[in-house]
Amino acid sequence: MSTVLDAAPAPVTTVAEEKVAVATQLQLTWWRFRKHKVAVASGVIVAFFYLVALLADFLATIGPHATDAARSYIPPQEIHWFDEDGSFRPHVFALKGKRDPRTFRLVYAPDPEDKRYLVLFGQGYAYEFLGLFPTSRHLVGLDRGNPEEALFLLGTDQLGRDFWSRLVLATRTSLVIGLAGVALSLFLGVLLGGISGLYGGWIDTVIQRLIEILRSIPTIPLWMGLAAALPASWSVLQIYLAITVIISLIGWTELARVVRGRFLSLREEDFVTAAELAGASRMRIIFRHMVPSFLSHIIAAVSLALPAMIISETTLSFLGLGLRPPAISWGVLLQDAQNIQALGIAPWLLLAAVPVIVVILAFNFLGDGLRDAADPYG
Amino acid sequence: MIAYVVRRLILAIVTIWAISVVSYAIIQLPPGDFVDSYIANLSASGSMVSAQEAEAMREHYGLNRPIWVQYAKWMNRVIRGDFGVSLEWNRPVTEVIGDRLWLTIVISIAAIILTWGIALPIGIYSAVRQYSIADYIFTFVGFVGLAVPNFLLALIVMYLGFRYFDASIGGLFSPEYELAPWSWGKVWDLTVHLPLPALILALAGTAQLIRIMRANLLDELRRPYVTTARARGLQEWRVIMKYPVRASLNPFASTIGYLLPFVVSGSIVVSLVLSLPTVGPLLLRALVAQDMFLAGAIVLLLGVLTVIGTFLSDLVLMWIDPRIRAGLHG
Repeated sequence: MSTVLDAAPAPVTTVAEEKVAVATQLQLTWWRFRKHKVAVASGVIVAFFYLVALLADFLATIGPHATDAARSYIPPQEIHWFDEDGSFRPHVFALKGKRDPRTFRLVYAPDPEDKRYLVLFGQGYAYEFLGLFPTSRHLVGLDRGNPEEALFLLGTDQLGRDFWSRLVLATRTSLVIGLAGVALSLFLGVLLGGISGLYGGWIDTVIQRLIEILRSIPTIPLWMGLAAALPASWSVLQIYLAITVIISLIGWTELARVVRGRFLSLREEDFVTAAELAGASRMRIIFRHMVPSFLSHIIAAVSLALPAMIISETTLSFLGLGLRPPAISWGVLLQDAQNIQALGIAPWLLLAAVPVIVVILAFNFLGDGLRDAADPYG
Repeated sequence: MIAYVVRRLILAIVTIWAISVVSYAIIQLPPGDFVDSYIANLSASGSMVSAQEAEAMREHYGLNRPIWVQYAKWMNRVIRGDFGVSLEWNRPVTEVIGDRLWLTIVISIAAIILTWGIALPIGIYSAVRQYSIADYIFTFVGFVGLAVPNFLLALIVMYLGFRYFDASIGGLFSPEYELAPWSWGKVWDLTVHLPLPALILALAGTAQLIRIMRANLLDELRRPYVTTARARGLQEWRVIMKYPVRASLNPFASTIGYLLPFVVSGSIVVSLVLSLPTVGPLLLRALVAQDMFLAGAIVLLLGVLTVIGTFLSDLVLMWIDPRIRAGLHG
């Protein structure tokens, strides 16, 4: 057999064509994805946000739970970039407590006499860097004094907590819960979708009907009901896990649909038949031959499922049924911006909406680009 | 064709059954039973209930029977329109829900009509003028609508209204009509207040529909019959509207199956932010106060109405798509 092949005249190919011919499915997908500029840019943004999540404590400036009622609703601090002599030395004015002559309340106002310079890697609250070693260095700090005296980059909330620090830590929570939810959905989706597509018959019918039923139920009221039933005595971590499970209960259906569709179309492919005839075991056929050829589809489906997870968590927490304080997530932060009174006094609280919108938009563009690239031959 | 209808009907019934089980589970989930919370409620207001009376009450509601018997009893009462008593309001659940359910439906339907109304012209335009600046702008706006969660959009709109127009956006009625009985004036008042929440809800669903419409129409526009129509000198507008658009209209009916649950879900959250008198705020309050019969009834009713809506849309789809009528697919 091999002699016949050897005897055939070698087809004339260019180097580029040869490269395409031997490339793996993932390589082809990647090459095609690279051409999609918006998707690549979105990918960079998503990566940036996960970096923020990873380094959240380092980027924060003030302990996210440090409260001081007297510092309530301080507007974002103005950073003065240049000194009087025109040199580039960013600084802020320290906040000085003053008694309000009418209410006798202690109010904090910037004091132009007391200049504090911003420094890189300044001292702040103590934390564990990446959970590895304890430190109290943060990306930005002050040259002298405690950051709590002057450094409120995005202002404070009602309880006087630093909004910037809370926002970066919320980014960590919300992004991680999205990932955990997707991981669980992916497991359920691949398992049930795979069984459905592989075995067909009545199992397939049952699973497909189950998916149809799940998709025709309005999710928010259902989630609200389930989330409200979580005991109030549960710890933050338990609630966290339970919320993840609740939001992935519906999320798996779309992934299962994609996986099933792929299994169904691949089952009839020649290379699968060839592997079967060559005596490969079922597991080997699935994991060595079938999965690699639709891995890119799964990656695309996952990156489209993630924003849905994040929206779900944010919505539930916003309603007060998801994560509860002291946990910090985007939804928990937005809960403070719920009523018009709070927004009237402290409009900067609405800034928590910005990362939500940017991340979800970026994930959608990324997923879209990946989905287009997932069919490199198309 | 009849087989298709029957299959859809059976699926709808199974779905409704599944929803009823989940709703009952929600009622059952909090610790303690209905009588416990009822007694706690009564003793909070000063009156005492003897153990004997409590037992009699448990007997009446069948709470000492196995769980599936309790479920059957509850279902039996629900089918007769008795959803139990709301603990917090101390009134029958049906009375508490009242108009709110219908207002939820009105908002959801308005949102769906608006979704179609926005997506259809934009989808056609984006396909006919593919890669034009407007195509990119519409695609981007659609994506933003998709990416911004409903409640956030409502929050931002409310803030902008407050900040720049000094108007409090919220509610579905002007104060003078809020408690008034239904009249033509009230209906008009509702019509005036409806577009904003409906638009907020609609924006989230349009993006996907625009993209489906655009993709379908692009496929159709490349077909030879379009070239033929042009070659025969038909006006461009007729060439596009007469056949390709009609052929790509399918998703508008077929997507209602996912659009309806989505919009109903969204209406709950948007209602909370904009304080609309739908079942949304009621559901949240009921859940927070553990008023489980009310919460369960709302989840059940919303689910059932959604399934009925989806079933009706299936019938419409069958009516407009000859392929399904002929039993070729679906």
